[in-house]
Amino acid sequence: MTLPPNLKEQFPLLSQIVNDHQIVYLDSAASSQKPEAVIEAMNNYYRTFNANVNRSAYEIAAQATEAIESSRSRIAKFIGASSAREVVFTKNATESFNLVARSWGGQNLSQGDAVLITDMEHHANIVPWQILSAERGFEIRWIPLTPDGHLDLTHLDEMLDGVKMVSLTAMSNVLGTLNPVREIADKAHAAGSLVTIDASQYVPHLPTNVEDLGADLMCFTGHKMCGPTGIGVLWGREELLDSMPPFLGGGDMILDVRKDGFTPNELPHKFEAGTPPIAEIIGLGAAVDFLEGLGMDKIREHEVTLTRYAINALGNRYGDDLVIHGPQDASERGGVLSVQYKNVHPHDLSQVLDQSGICIRAGHHCAKPLMKELGVGATSRASLYLYNDENDIDAFVDSLEPAGEIFAL
Amino acid sequence: MPGLEDLYKEIILDHYKNPRNRGELECPPAHRTEGFNPLCGDEVTITFEVGPDSLAKIRIAGQGCSISQASASMMSAAVQGKSIEEVRNLSAQFKSLMSIHEQAIASPAADPASTTFELGDLEALKGVVKFPVRIKCATLSWNTLLTGLDELDG
Repeated sequence: MTLPPNLKEQFPLLSQIVNDHQIVYLDSAASSQKPEAVIEAMNNYYRTFNANVNRSAYEIAAQATEAIESSRSRIAKFIGASSAREVVFTKNATESFNLVARSWGGQNLSQGDAVLITDMEHHANIVPWQILSAERGFEIRWIPLTPDGHLDLTHLDEMLDGVKMVSLTAMSNVLGTLNPVREIADKAHAAGSLVTIDASQYVPHLPTNVEDLGADLMCFTGHKMCGPTGIGVLWGREELLDSMPPFLGGGDMILDVRKDGFTPNELPHKFEAGTPPIAEIIGLGAAVDFLEGLGMDKIREHEVTLTRYAINALGNRYGDDLVIHGPQDASERGGVLSVQYKNVHPHDLSQVLDQSGICIRAGHHCAKPLMKELGVGATSRASLYLYNDENDIDAFVDSLEPAGEIFAL
Repeated sequence: MPGLEDLYKEIILDHYKNPRNRGELECPPAHRTEGFNPLCGDEVTITFEVGPDSLAKIRIAGQGCSISQASASMMSAAVQGKSIEEVRNLSAQFKSLMSIHEQAIASPAADPASTTFELGDLEALKGVVKFPVRIKCATLSWNTLLTGLDELDG
């Protein structure tokens, strides 16, 4: 029922020595490490069938085209999409959001409309809407938080009035909170709104099905789910994507170009201008195979167990000296632990931990509005993934105390 | 902790724990300017009053890591009472102390022939260059003050 032992051995980076210590990698919410299978798949493309896609008839070009379309199909199946045409490759989740805002928003939002987001969004799901709002004058509303780090849905019905798009994260990259996406989506749809989901922290960690989530559009990125950087996904319901105008213009996204205009290509190519990141798409396909091989339900179970272990270990050792932001029950959250330890500033904490080879993130986590709500400038964030184990948690827990001694007032 | 002595020197920790010139001056007459370190969320708010021939008063507010806060505290102590030209000069010297990539970019104020000042406590921040990601923490308050001075000039 559990993940296989020695999973770390499949990740070459995790055997690296940093500052005389074997690395303890606790920053997977920022970017995950890559298994040998992903590195090898990308390597193999460059070594044996590197060619541009969707163009030429020769063998290796056909092989490359087949490889990225096969990746697309596997990714579609992985998230429960009804067709590979619904999977659009982008550079990252940020680009996916910009595509949604610019293409769908540019066509559908104007003065008097509203977009509803939440206080726990990543900048990727804030700024594209703000840029568009400055041009088109629609309103951006924010679902507030409860003190324990959940969304406060008390006034959701009123907030939905006049809203055309609800765009929210399925799991907070700071608090770890798993949001009741389906419940919100159902209400949004009943109020005549569409729903975009930021699944960047969700797809890597939990079994994902776009139908079950109630999404119309969903954005996520490859590099947080054992895949490479430079590849993200926008999933959308086919008829919705069909109704949206192109985003970037250029090669591949057209059926025809004349001096008096162009005819856009079919899905998903309509949204994929220019030569795509071929090796990265192949790498993401390999990452999906890797995750499916382990089983997303087992990955989730492993992370819940480890998160519970970490919350207990931190609480037992440090009591009131340490605050863990967000829900305290591991079953209501992902393995993202944003902490404040005594008066140690997060940036200083991560610097001290680095001396022991421990990698955690310090900063605002691209969620400055949330930092403001929490009343902090930054947090220290340790985030877990399938390859982490209790030893990693122990190293993290043990390392806080010496950091506290340096900065003791 | 080994490796960190160069970064967290006693005098830096002293400025962090007992920051000098903490607070905000009333604006006006004071001028107010804010600086952000987008990477780590450090924020500094500087209020200062320029007298007939000097930076008469300076106060520091905001929040951030030990390096950014200590550097701001040290800066406030170093510049208060100095002429604007001296402040700009000192800032150029400090920034050149902190620069690992930008030494090639000539800045008139950093001309070695120009008067040099004792950096004093500020020298303690020299160790920061061994930790390149922290350089921005150390220079945040200086860059913010320079922006403020430019705004007044502009």
